[in-house]
Amino acid sequence: MEPFRTFTSRAVVLPRRDVDTDQIIPARFLKGTTREGLGKWLFSGWRYDATGAPVAEFPLNDPRAEGACILVAGANFGCGSSREHAPWALVDHGFRAVISASIADIFRNNAVKNGLVPAVVDEQAHRALLANPFTEVTVDLQAQEVRAPGMRARFSIDPFARRCLLDGIDELGFLLARSAAITAHERARRREEEP
Amino acid sequence: MERSEAPLRTLFDRIWERHLVQPETAETPAVLFVDLHLVHEVTSPQAFALLRERGLRVRRPDLTLATMDHSTPTTPAGEAGEMVITDPECRVQLDTLEQDCRDFRVELHPLGTEHQGIVHVIGPELGLTQPGRTIVCGDSHTSTHGAFGALAFGIGTSEVAHVLATQCLLQRRPRTMEVRVAGRLGACVTAKDLVLAIISRLGVSGGTGHVLEYSGEAIRALSMEARMTLCNMSIEAGARAGLVAPDDTTFEYLHGRPRAPRGRAWESALARWRILRSDEAAPFDATVEIDASALEPTVTFGTNPGMSAPITGRVPDPEREQEPAARRGLESALRYMGLRPGQPLQGHPIDVVFIGSCTNGRLSDLRAAASVLRGRRVAPRVRTLVVPGSREVKRAAEAEGLHRVFLEAGAEWREPGCSMCIGMNGDQVPPGQSAVSTSNRNFEGRQGPGARTFLASPLTAAAAAVAGALADPRGLVDARAEEGR
Repeated sequence: MEPFRTFTSRAVVLPRRDVDTDQIIPARFLKGTTREGLGKWLFSGWRYDATGAPVAEFPLNDPRAEGACILVAGANFGCGSSREHAPWALVDHGFRAVISASIADIFRNNAVKNGLVPAVVDEQAHRALLANPFTEVTVDLQAQEVRAPGMRARFSIDPFARRCLLDGIDELGFLLARSAAITAHERARRREEEP
Repeated sequence: MERSEAPLRTLFDRIWERHLVQPETAETPAVLFVDLHLVHEVTSPQAFALLRERGLRVRRPDLTLATMDHSTPTTPAGEAGEMVITDPECRVQLDTLEQDCRDFRVELHPLGTEHQGIVHVIGPELGLTQPGRTIVCGDSHTSTHGAFGALAFGIGTSEVAHVLATQCLLQRRPRTMEVRVAGRLGACVTAKDLVLAIISRLGVSGGTGHVLEYSGEAIRALSMEARMTLCNMSIEAGARAGLVAPDDTTFEYLHGRPRAPRGRAWESALARWRILRSDEAAPFDATVEIDASALEPTVTFGTNPGMSAPITGRVPDPEREQEPAARRGLESALRYMGLRPGQPLQGHPIDVVFIGSCTNGRLSDLRAAASVLRGRRVAPRVRTLVVPGSREVKRAAEAEGLHRVFLEAGAEWREPGCSMCIGMNGDQVPPGQSAVSTSNRNFEGRQGPGARTFLASPLTAAAAAVAGALADPRGLVDARAEEGR
């Protein structure tokens, strides 16, 4: 995983709230066995019409979205299914941070494992960001700050997730290093549950 | 006598504490031990690939169980029971799971075998879902298993790899919320109607960061299958998990199941299970109260499970929403669903009915649907699909002759799987068509691109199939159908 420091880019704004993972990546694109290549199907139902042509009004199809790596979305982003295909699709498309007033639990867990920063800001900052599509936004993970012209807001993120993202630590390695404690737990449980 | 200093604890606290390999600190999450890891073909291939890449093995194959459900065909089997998989991508996914389970020595219940079915249906059927256990699966509806007083939740594919390799997860302790349901559910009002009402009350993010514990008179009166329906949809309120404290209903369900403890082991398990409940006056971070007796058969009208109303109600008017984001959300939902503000829900025409899924694909659900369809015909233009949740459900339903009721009514009787709930196997609602579905999600495009989903109970779905429109099941059902709701 590529360590995350600071990213600055124009922000793509998706003002809808409760964007579910079926919108981020519909189930018909979940039939693969790898993580790659999902970016082109990101927000597929909104991004393309029934003939497969891009929908001009959808923010991701705006020429100003080109190269953007920051997504600002309405509250409760990523609700619904546990599919990690959602952050895979966002990252494959080039996103490195999602900013919202709230982010669903499983999506948030999945995001940090893929180098995607789930940044939760207060409602005032959220409103300001939603109101200014394609403005230049900086996500500074070290300072835990979102900055845009005329604004600076702290965002919340789990301290362990932040450390993993900053240092490129992988959670599986962290767990594997606890093997002795896991074995001890297994033994104790077996003793307890013997009839 | 010395006064007890033991702090009051919730059911969640009891399960959580027992599974801590390492407690959490400000800097690091807890290391939580997992008792049962359920695996299916969609969210596991990349996890097994990671194990191969890093030269790791599955730490506890004995605590891991795999089946095939999402990408499996449900079209009737051939004469020799053979299943035809026409989608090459689905084929690869199913083959990959077979190979992975062979390579890593994981028990697999593949397509067409005795115990195959939706992962959340077969865990309980086999007796593997037991009180006090921690249960995870790469599937958000893992919350279903909370019906047994197990702490059960969905995880992503990276976490699937963590559990395969270490049998543990890194977790922050969630908050707790008690959902107290007083009174009794009325005639034709089921656990599905109850959970839709709860989600409507909490909102689709009201449970975020929380584990819900359902309690009260109405919950105690629910069968195990109804409790599974209830806990299944906890995730639709954003909750991590849902819990029902185990009781005699739970123990009776488990007794004699293939993987439930037997003999002395059963007695000792019972002793451990009986203390699994929240102390009187144990503190929850939040409490919500619902009056079951005030509820009616309920349907969703929008594009998330929080947008629901009693079947006798009307489509709400976005103009009356104070909050701009909520107003825009409702407007866009009604546009997608093809509904007018203020129109009555009853009588809205529908094209498809789907009865099945991990929410409502169990025997009691099929019995409920059959109680409406017995001696009746589905409306001529309505396609009705009945998909049992597992092979065992299918066998039991056929032994009672339920399949004949469905076939005689003009419905399709299918092989088990997730089917039209998620539409990965080709069972889809065509663009622009309206479906009454007993599944769990009415998101845009969930049942196929452009599909319009109305979530409802099996009774309400069957009533809609007969009427060819949204309809109230009360009056169509005799008292026998009340069983097992």
